[in-house]
Amino acid sequence: MKVNVTVNGVAYEREVEARTLLAYFLREECGLTGTHVGCDTSSCGCCVVVLDSDKAVKSCSMFAAQADGHQVLTVEGLANGGTLHPLQQAFWDQHGLQCGYCTPGMLLTSIILLKHNPNPSESDIREGLAGNLCRCTGYQNIVKAVQQAAGTLGVQV
Amino acid sequence: MSTEPKSAGCLGVAMKRKEDPRFIQGKGHYVDDISMPGMLFLSLVRSPYPHAEIKSIDISEAMQVPGVKAVITGKDLEAAGLGWLPTFHGLDKQMVLAIGKVLFQYQEVAAVFAETRAAAVDGAEAVQVDYAPLPVVADPFTAKTDEVILRPDRENKTNHIYHWEVGDKDKTATALANSPKRIKERIWFQRCHPAPLEPCGCVAHFDSMGRLQFYVTSQAPHVYRTALAIVTGIPEDKIHVVSPDLGGGFGNKVPVYPGYVCAIVGALKIGRPVKWIETRTENLTSTGFARDYHMDVEIGATADGRLTALHVATTADHGAFDAAADPTKYPAGMFGVVTGSYDFPVAHAEVDAYFTNKAPGGIAYRCSFRVTEASYAIERAMDILADELAIDPVELRRKNFVRKEQFPYPSVLGFTYDSGDYQKTLDVTLEKIGYQALLKEQVEKRARGELMGIGFSTFTEVVGAGPSKHFDILGIKMFDSAEIRIHPTGSGIVRTGTKSQGQGHETTWAQIVGEELGLDPQNIMVEEGDTDTAPYGLGTYASRSTPVAGAAIAMAARRVREKARKVAAHMLEVGEADVEWKDYKFQVKGVPAKSVTMKEVAFAAYTNMAQNEPGLEASYYYDPPNMTFPSGAYVAVVDIDRETGEVKVRRFLAVDDCGTIINPLVVEGQIHGGLTEGFAIAFMQEIQYDKEGNNLNTNFTDYLIPTSLETPAWETGKTVTPSPHHPIGAKGVGESPNVGSPAAFVNAVIDALSPLGVRHIDMPITRDKVWRAIRQAEVLTT
Ligand code: FES
Ligand code: FES
Repeated sequence: MKVNVTVNGVAYEREVEARTLLAYFLREECGLTGTHVGCDTSSCGCCVVVLDSDKAVKSCSMFAAQADGHQVLTVEGLANGGTLHPLQQAFWDQHGLQCGYCTPGMLLTSIILLKHNPNPSESDIREGLAGNLCRCTGYQNIVKAVQQAAGTLGVQV
Repeated sequence: MSTEPKSAGCLGVAMKRKEDPRFIQGKGHYVDDISMPGMLFLSLVRSPYPHAEIKSIDISEAMQVPGVKAVITGKDLEAAGLGWLPTFHGLDKQMVLAIGKVLFQYQEVAAVFAETRAAAVDGAEAVQVDYAPLPVVADPFTAKTDEVILRPDRENKTNHIYHWEVGDKDKTATALANSPKRIKERIWFQRCHPAPLEPCGCVAHFDSMGRLQFYVTSQAPHVYRTALAIVTGIPEDKIHVVSPDLGGGFGNKVPVYPGYVCAIVGALKIGRPVKWIETRTENLTSTGFARDYHMDVEIGATADGRLTALHVATTADHGAFDAAADPTKYPAGMFGVVTGSYDFPVAHAEVDAYFTNKAPGGIAYRCSFRVTEASYAIERAMDILADELAIDPVELRRKNFVRKEQFPYPSVLGFTYDSGDYQKTLDVTLEKIGYQALLKEQVEKRARGELMGIGFSTFTEVVGAGPSKHFDILGIKMFDSAEIRIHPTGSGIVRTGTKSQGQGHETTWAQIVGEELGLDPQNIMVEEGDTDTAPYGLGTYASRSTPVAGAAIAMAARRVREKARKVAAHMLEVGEADVEWKDYKFQVKGVPAKSVTMKEVAFAAYTNMAQNEPGLEASYYYDPPNMTFPSGAYVAVVDIDRETGEVKVRRFLAVDDCGTIINPLVVEGQIHGGLTEGFAIAFMQEIQYDKEGNNLNTNFTDYLIPTSLETPAWETGKTVTPSPHHPIGAKGVGESPNVGSPAAFVNAVIDALSPLGVRHIDMPITRDKVWRAIRQAEVLTT
């Protein structure tokens, strides 16, 4: 079937099998391999992308066909030219990543978290990231990175 | 001549990681990101039975599935001489695809190659296998009876794989018999799985020159190349192994798996590139698990708490094949470190390993070959002994520590601990956590019937395998290597035989070179994982990179410096003997104003080298003289809800001594990560099998990994006791938090429950186990 998805502002029209997951559509049809796959049960969050600027979705739990006509933001769309997105910068500054496999999903989940709650407390952040697993960092520096991006690092919220 | 001020040193600097820009922009390059024209996908047919005879395999229907190109079975591989794969430990071999029978649930039975990922899966589902189930052996104690022999292919018709022991058996028995106080406990370290977020996988391709281009999730690419040459008969020069970015490893990406061999065979047979990426379920059910050690621990002591003897007898469950990735002479790894931080006068440790109908493995999961098991056993048993003696577990530890002046300390089980200051590290921990105040609070809480626990672990690690006289994998000595090239403009490249999986080598290796050569680490590129370019090394696991490759880098840099000194002498117009390396530059002895920087020397090495050999590069193969022995003093504080059994980790403090610190940011990150895995093991992670041999934890909804919500906030601290034999004094840190923390968590839980008479609970300490223990105690006391 034909699917038309706008990813990071670029329209991709592709002929795919109906069962194609959005995660594989992005990776294999659009060549955007920053979206990762880490499980088969919608548990890990490596595959999170932003749908229509408003929702963080696990792209492994959605068919490409369901994204037909929608806007998708992936990690590749975060930096603006040579300038990193504040969350990217914060993950770097705070050592919020090690192997980097969970990082794209963490970043996109955090974007939506901050969009809906620009002043999150530490526990808001921990709750907001609970759908994203990380095996390397122990989360502490990821939480700090989100705090930095929110401008609340070191501030009592 | 330049009179630049002294450049800053690079060690101990919290430099932001050089590798991060690509990862935060989605430009990491992992195996599944590789795509090649004409690439096929491989999917494996796996056994639903833990033990069964294969009556027949019918591939005809699978071959009809659109897109399926080929199906191969164990018989095909056997005919090609590729039926079996040697395991890294060298004591056993493993079936690539099942031949005759299957030995564990999810064992690889057939390989299906197809045009797309989905078609390969469809094809695998269409393969018809007729199984006749056989009796299942699901634990090592049943295996011991030899009523069912699992491996008739082996010469010895027994499930017993090996007996290993170290120490003095008779003296230990006598000392135990004569000890006024004795404790004995069976302590089980459950089966768990490293589960890196990126599963294992590969792309195999024979290029136009007939050379195997093999991209693979490997922590040890050179060892893979040699192993593949041995298994497949392809000359080693015709094999190029590349390990690209790895999404975590933790030991899971050390062994060679059947999927890799199948991908290579498929690529050769079909003449097209083949990709194999395992699913999470395949990862958890068939690739390297860890632990599964049943340890009977016995300690003797005097009435006032002096240790007199230690005996540990372990029954190990190795699964269907002995795929433990331990050095040849050490079938039970470094388990001999089980005397821990304590000055035992005599000890004896033994391990008996058995085959069962479970997945093979026994890899080092963030652990230097069975050190986690050993540390957990001794640290848990010390608390049980303290309870028996009714003395503070901190006092018991303090009383028996190897003292600072005893280093280098020869342990009774054969190691020579390089350095440490256990007392000091513990003091830092006690001070930072406010132990006295916590004890006071605990007394008050206990009076109110509230359950609060404080648990310690003062562990000693052994890492950095290892000296060639003792350590090898498949006969290859466990050295590591580095090659450094400095370019004319003063930047450079360092290549090593290790492979980062997130540890940050691209930054820390550059810092070592920067420190040794006075160059800017921002301009030292680090390359690993490509067997065509990197010097031969044994890879990254068991916290061996910094102790071994880190040392090789420092030594290679010093060779570069010696070469540079000659050029510097020419530039400074003095004899070589008059040049000294001081404040990160070469200067004429006693005349600091006359100096040249390494950057200037580098340029001269290519433009004005006089009679010296042009160029500026060196390599070093480092054979470590000893292991390194990082240590730490950890403490956990927990509160337990009496009604629900819920354990809340209120605080956790890890004070580590990993010797010289290269990058505190990276070290702290490693500690956070390791503590989180230790926490996971203590409370959540277990690969369970039922009595019929069915794996009960086959994905992330059943194999529980902590999220940001349950993971505690970590507090850290440090003491620094450099390793005396390492060129920069570093010891390695990645696995310490995972080795040291499980006992602290469990000790805290048991301490909380001790007023109820609870003495031990096996990990993972789930809420229902705690709830049951509390209810049981209530029944006994009412
Ligand atoms: S891949 Fe794990 S949640 Fe999508
Ligand atoms: S950085 Fe490795 S999984 Fe998060």
